[in-house]
Amino acid sequence: MPTVVPVKVDGFVVRSGFLKECAYFATGEGEILFSGQGVQKSRPHKAGLLAAEPAQDGNSLVTSGDDGCIYSSGADGSHELLAERPRKWIDLIATGPSGAIAFASGRTAWVRMGDGREKEFAHERAVGGLAFAPKGMRLAVSRYDGATLWWAGTDGTPVELSWKGAHLGIDFSPDGKYLVTAMQENALHGWRLSDTQDMRMTGYPAKVKSFSWSVKGKYLATSGAPAAILWPFFGKTGPMGQSPLQLGARSDAQVTAVSCHPKEDVVAVGYQDGMIMMCRFNDNAEVLLRRPGNAPISTMGWDRDGVRLAFGTEAAEAGIISLED
Amino acid sequence: MSATQDVQTQIPVTVLTGYLGAGKTTLLNRILTENHGQRYAVIVNEFGEIGIDNDLLVESDEEIFEMNNGCICCTVRGDLIRTVQNLMKRKGAFDAIIVETTGVADPAPVAQTFFMDDDVRASAKLDAVVAVVDARHVLQRLEDTEEAEDQVAFADVILINKTDLVTPDELANVEARIRAINPYAVLHHSERCEIEIAKVLDRGAFDLDRILSLDPHFLEHGHHAHECSPDCDHDHDHDHDHHDHGHGHHHHEEDPHSVKSISLTAGELNPDMFFPWINQVTQVQGPNILRMKGIMAFKGDSQRYVIQGVHMIVEGDHQRDWKEDEARESRLVFIGRDLNWDVLRDSFQACAAQ
Repeated sequence: MPTVVPVKVDGFVVRSGFLKECAYFATGEGEILFSGQGVQKSRPHKAGLLAAEPAQDGNSLVTSGDDGCIYSSGADGSHELLAERPRKWIDLIATGPSGAIAFASGRTAWVRMGDGREKEFAHERAVGGLAFAPKGMRLAVSRYDGATLWWAGTDGTPVELSWKGAHLGIDFSPDGKYLVTAMQENALHGWRLSDTQDMRMTGYPAKVKSFSWSVKGKYLATSGAPAAILWPFFGKTGPMGQSPLQLGARSDAQVTAVSCHPKEDVVAVGYQDGMIMMCRFNDNAEVLLRRPGNAPISTMGWDRDGVRLAFGTEAAEAGIISLED
Repeated sequence: MSATQDVQTQIPVTVLTGYLGAGKTTLLNRILTENHGQRYAVIVNEFGEIGIDNDLLVESDEEIFEMNNGCICCTVRGDLIRTVQNLMKRKGAFDAIIVETTGVADPAPVAQTFFMDDDVRASAKLDAVVAVVDARHVLQRLEDTEEAEDQVAFADVILINKTDLVTPDELANVEARIRAINPYAVLHHSERCEIEIAKVLDRGAFDLDRILSLDPHFLEHGHHAHECSPDCDHDHDHDHDHHDHGHGHHHHEEDPHSVKSISLTAGELNPDMFFPWINQVTQVQGPNILRMKGIMAFKGDSQRYVIQGVHMIVEGDHQRDWKEDEARESRLVFIGRDLNWDVLRDSFQACAAQ
């Protein structure tokens, strides 16, 4: 039976997950809480925290805030200032290979290499999202009317991908073959990078704000509907002409967060009312992980082995769900 | 029409418009420094002369998003959606939001953001659009630019600032011209934006009842106030026959494209007639409609139904029970350009319950 251990946090949980064996919770009030052998708290930002991403090596959590600062925090409670843009709200960050990070405010994105060198990338319209490619120092920036692919380490010409509308959250498929964006409208857009073929994924009643790739990138799980919507990305054509899986369907609540299991074809589905379910792809078997609470699930993240799930809500609720006793 | 939002959790938003130099920054500085017991998150287009370092003061570059729905006037402020979402991560840190627009901005995308984006709607609610105008320069601005006229037309509250720089006659002219564009806004006068903050912020429900409390004859008179001598303002009830033909006056205005307003009244309405009608009107004439607001009495409905709109967007909801001593009247006002008033009036009246 899954067990839920509540964790006391001070506000809207912006991001939760694991650094190796240690759970982390970063809140909009600026608190970063690590729960491993004991509990460590740190508060590097002067005021609010807007975004958090675990470093690719799993050793630190990179956060940005409305103080214009970007910090790297360790599970021991230590932190280091990585970059600063005074008076800017830095609300987008991505972590890349070799300690590189990308961050953005307004129309400008920056990459800070592991060695501290910085590079600026200007766009005509606001940056909507950032993602590093799974291989190489390649940065994808979603923007109005499409996305731009930059080589972050060199001065090569960027690749422009066009599709009308405002593109926000962005991610590469784990094999690097596809680039997917969540749009201002209730839709996802995708590009097959080999030939920039467009892919439309529509039919959502709400904006897609959470997405997660399943093991080996077979499916892309998404929020934005009263069920988790999973688009198939195996086969030559990806999701085109295919129907998505609909898991954990409910009649009374929208899905607000999704997180695919790191090893099994299973997804954790978080709802507007705070409920969390775990759903299996092949037979839609469901296991209740958390009963409804006070607010929408805002974030979820599995540990490496897929036995614990750290979650948070919009109203200062958080916890760690263990699948094993 | 729209899903009922939880009013309790929606943060009130005040949109501040006005031309460069009108006094927006002065007003913002006052709001940020005065001890009024409210905590405001302020979204400005540039820090400029706001000398206050406040972690809830954010600069935001205007990003207009067109919606892919085929509607040319359905635009929202993408940067605002993002900033409001970011603010919601610190919900307990402030009580209300103020959005300052650039001097030349069209106020429509800002207002529409609060109706069109579901996430923003769930967390924030447009409280009022406040326009600051400079008493000395506003008449010239209104001559020169459509934006200045749009800002006045859009406003729920208008602050006529720098009144110490004009004569009483000049001020009366300014007021008459503003009333001619927008008779429904609440007008205040100020010098150096010295005004009680509560008069411009947290107005609640758009001061909607004002459209009911205003005498409709006064409203019609207001349209051509600038053609009359200022003293005709005080005596407007004397000649009802004259005012019954009031709508005809619109056709004699010098500039047929300038902003005008119309007030439509009826008794109880048939909702099955009214909703298709209002949807059709806003679909067809949306680009010309700047603001629309109304209070409806539907036959067999014990509650007042309030409606408001910007261009093609219409939003309505039940407000409260009709009081026993209240006349069950419907009143709908439009502020816009190139609208066919006679057709609107006749088709509105055709929605009356039989």
